[in-house]
Amino acid sequence: MRFLFKTDYEDDIKLFPHSGYVVSYGILLAFLLIAPFVLSSYLVSQLVFVCIYATVGVGLMILTGFTGQASLGHAAFLAIGAYTAAYLQQFNVPFPVYFLAGGLLTGVVGALVGFPALRLTGIYLVIATISFAFIVEEVLARWESVTHGNEGMRVKTLSLFGQAVPQNGPTFYYLCLAVLILTIVGTLNLLRSPTGRAFVAIRDSETAARSMGVNVSLYKVKSFAISAAITGLAGVLFAHKLSFISPEMFTLQLSIEFIIVILIGGAFSLHGAVLGAIFLVMIDPFLTYLKDDLPGIIAGIAATFGTDSIAAGKINDNVAAIASANGLKGAIYGVIIVLFVLFEPLGLYGRWLKIKLFFQLFPLYKRATFKRQKIYVKSERNR
Amino acid sequence: MLDFVQQLVSGIALGCVYGLIALGFVLIYKATEVVNFAQGDLMMLGGFFAFTFIGMLGLNYWLGFAGAVIAMALFGMLAERVVVRPILGYPQFSIIMATIGLGYFLRSIVGMIWGTDDFKIETPFSDGVLRIGSLVLAYDKLSVIAATIILCALLYLFFNRTTLGTAMRASSENMLAAYYMGIPVKRVVSIVWAIAAAVATAAGVLLAPITFIHSNVGLVLGLKAFPAAVLGGFGSIPGAVVGGVLIGVIESMAGFYLPQGWKDVAPYIVLLVVLLLKPEGLFGVHMRKKV
Repeated sequence: MRFLFKTDYEDDIKLFPHSGYVVSYGILLAFLLIAPFVLSSYLVSQLVFVCIYATVGVGLMILTGFTGQASLGHAAFLAIGAYTAAYLQQFNVPFPVYFLAGGLLTGVVGALVGFPALRLTGIYLVIATISFAFIVEEVLARWESVTHGNEGMRVKTLSLFGQAVPQNGPTFYYLCLAVLILTIVGTLNLLRSPTGRAFVAIRDSETAARSMGVNVSLYKVKSFAISAAITGLAGVLFAHKLSFISPEMFTLQLSIEFIIVILIGGAFSLHGAVLGAIFLVMIDPFLTYLKDDLPGIIAGIAATFGTDSIAAGKINDNVAAIASANGLKGAIYGVIIVLFVLFEPLGLYGRWLKIKLFFQLFPLYKRATFKRQKIYVKSERNR
Repeated sequence: MLDFVQQLVSGIALGCVYGLIALGFVLIYKATEVVNFAQGDLMMLGGFFAFTFIGMLGLNYWLGFAGAVIAMALFGMLAERVVVRPILGYPQFSIIMATIGLGYFLRSIVGMIWGTDDFKIETPFSDGVLRIGSLVLAYDKLSVIAATIILCALLYLFFNRTTLGTAMRASSENMLAAYYMGIPVKRVVSIVWAIAAAVATAAGVLLAPITFIHSNVGLVLGLKAFPAAVLGGFGSIPGAVVGGVLIGVIESMAGFYLPQGWKDVAPYIVLLVVLLLKPEGLFGVHMRKKV
């Protein structure tokens, strides 16, 4: 293993602690850059969704992971970004302007939501954000002069510096990737700054943060605003990717999906947000695989164990019926969420950290390193 | 005036259903600090059990009702044992996620088994109206109100007059102290989940004549029951029912007197206003830690 000797306070907040980071991220970036020339167009399209979901995940991670403010209303922020883009586009506003306007407007709305949220904690905050999302959804459906109501809005093809950028082409993928990378780097810098440290202090203990001179309300509102602004930027890209938006696309279901992204990615890190996004987007291709190939594979296994062809055919049909049942995706989501909460609360990135630590400390690894502490008597009602 | 009373009664009837679901939230929250996002889905599952017993197996209404309640009580215990007990005492966010996951799972499993159609349960109260002067009140709505009152009275007696109820109150106040006093806290929590699931089933069966039962009904109504529970103050049992009735009446009035679209958001707007002015809810007790 590599020993890092920190001899300076600055060493603690380096963007790349050692050269290994530069090499590995450089290789990853090279792979991502050549992806559109190697992968099928379907997979590139999925990668675009990964970029968008990961951007939202980073935004939500700032709020939930680093500031400790839960939100089940992020679909509303995404919707505000998407609708801003679609509305401004009608007046031939250039892309960079409405892209930034979408982020700015969503950030302002986020700050406005943040103010009432100051007095709320835990479950009350969750319910307040759900209520906010419902109200936004209803406003989008009713404010027909701007949003065209339930008919939805068409989003024109993106044009950047006079060039058309179709949502299935490689240029759009590069655009989304660039936004994601800029968001991640920006967030990393934010987290290295006093603001980011104040966020983490608030997450760990509000009282301690306040006693160290952190203005808790100011930073909570800031966190809401930044998180919402990033989600709004993702919303602009989301609108372009789908090229059609309507209110019923931004439901509680979508907010829950964003929470799933950071829960499954996990470990309070930006890596987690990206891993979670990859996981969530790749469920769809996985389900397709399940429907098409799994029945044949299981029947094949049964055949090698000496089942006759009629029984194998029956197995094939049964598995196919289960795999193509309605709502299988929901069941898989449910089981995955429960399993992750029960067995791997640190998420995929936490699992990676454990594996890495196991090999670094090889004969001396202790399982209790990552053990969670139970708190029985701490009641929210007695605060 | 007549319209107003009519709307008021149907609002109260709908509100009683919200109140019963909210009651389930509050029971579980009081005992274990767990917010059960799957409460509405437990109600939906209870409704489907009742539909199976009454509609498909052809049992008597009351027998089917009792069967569904017992089956759901057992299911509540199972859910507590499998999903909630291992993560008791961990941050609330994990528990919220686990119950959201449970809700997802129940919705799609029910969709797979019973299909995604609407189902109707025949009840003795389905037809018939009570006429008072020119006022027409449907029996199914009155039955919901009556059943809510009876259930609340039973729960009140249970919590205040029986040893088990006292043990539940004790373990909700301080789990660790209850352990030390010899109260089997784990069993108590399991019984709390059974009661919550049974109350949810009652809500589901009572609701069946008013709206149809389908696999998403739990999500829709569960999300209305949240404002009810919060409005009443999350830890308060009478608060849950009053909050439910308030939400039901607000929704019903907004649907009648305000333009289209207000019906669905009015409860949430009221909720946000209440949270802004009085974050602990109308009946909530804001306990301060004694040093």
